[in-house]
Amino acid sequence: MSNIHVTTKINGDPTEYLCAPDETLLDVLRDRLGMTGSKEGCGTGDCGACSVTVNGRLVCSCLMLGAEAEGAEIETIEGMADGDQLHPLQQKFIEHAALQCGICTPGILVAAKSLLEKNPDPTEEEARYWLAGNLCRCTGYDKIIRAVLDTAADLRKAS
Amino acid sequence: MRYLAPTTLDDAIQLLSGDPGDCRVLAGGTDLLVRLRSGDAEPDSILDIKRINDLRQITPEDGGWRIGAAVSSAEMNEHKDLKADYAGVCEAADLIGSTQIQGRCTLAGNLCNASPAADSVPAMVAVRAVARVAGPNGTRDVAVEDIPTGPGKTSLKKGEFVASIFLPAKADRSGDAYLRFIPRTEMDIAVVGCGISLTLDGDGTCTSARVSLGAVGPKVMVVDTAAEALIGTKLDDAAMDALAQACSAAASPIADKRGTVEFRTHVAGVLARRAAAIAKTRAEG
Repeated sequence: MSNIHVTTKINGDPTEYLCAPDETLLDVLRDRLGMTGSKEGCGTGDCGACSVTVNGRLVCSCLMLGAEAEGAEIETIEGMADGDQLHPLQQKFIEHAALQCGICTPGILVAAKSLLEKNPDPTEEEARYWLAGNLCRCTGYDKIIRAVLDTAADLRKAS
Repeated sequence: MRYLAPTTLDDAIQLLSGDPGDCRVLAGGTDLLVRLRSGDAEPDSILDIKRINDLRQITPEDGGWRIGAAVSSAEMNEHKDLKADYAGVCEAADLIGSTQIQGRCTLAGNLCNASPAADSVPAMVAVRAVARVAGPNGTRDVAVEDIPTGPGKTSLKKGEFVASIFLPAKADRSGDAYLRFIPRTEMDIAVVGCGISLTLDGDGTCTSARVSLGAVGPKVMVVDTAAEALIGTKLDDAAMDALAQACSAAASPIADKRGTVEFRTHVAGVLARRAAAIAKTRAEG
């Protein structure tokens, strides 16, 4: 089984990798590129811990082959902060204590960022539906949703 | 396993029909990758159709819409004109899985996965959607309800795949709707699904209707008796009662952990009545 050469852009950086035909994008990110921020919860698209965006579209990286990413622009949790400067969502998650064990957090942050890019003023219901594919087994979601809505309000004020 | 990613339909047909082993078509991958992981599927090759530009398009055609097999449900729901014509089909596609899944999953994949509980299938059947099947002998058009033949089984022959779905021109004063019941509020598999489309004349009488049910039989079901209960009426309470009864009578569900036979049979009627009310409002414009 020969590997496939893939040219892509990850968090703005041109990135090339070799992957097996049946290797998921999540496995490529974690095992080949050392980007372990994206987590594997279920591996079947149910939990959202592996969320990334591909060409601006929120997807589960466990449900995509690495080979499919040829020519794509991928954004992962590693690209969210600007150096030491946390993204406003990351800052708010800390302030609201919107995490406990943290496994779901990268995926939720990536998904929430994608929500606010599409809809800067989501209702609580819209935020809850958008994030329904991101499972958290610790916090019960309230703090997460409050952090997301609070960030949205701040970003709207700032703009 | 080989990964194949042709850029033309002809190349895809050649690769698929010429593959001596088990070659699976990859559209959104939200079912196929789960099967690869579980070992349910161990194909020799995977044929990714997403690099075929035609299959990524939503195109107006003969007053209706052709939706390529690689178009995601998120793309459908961002297409205002398509949504204005076929709100029910778009809403059904918007119920499949999570936001992440909707960014990838496709109508064609939902159809060919052949789950009896597929959300988009009753919605497509209600609007008389037609699948364009590509294969070594050219293309053929097949009514959507004739693609699945049972759980996990389709009428596609070796070397064939669904290249696009066609939604025919929407009649004036018509509307469609799809509703499903799930125990949660989101991210679940239909216990019952119901798609309805109907057309009204100038004074509000229903002149044509089509009703389909999902998850209450081995495959999607067209319920002619339910449509007949609506045609010629003004969709008054008596007509809605008759609709609900016809749907409950047609349902032949199994009992499983998500619902009993009695519950599913009853809910088929309840959903039909509610979906008809939504379709009526849409038809009234």
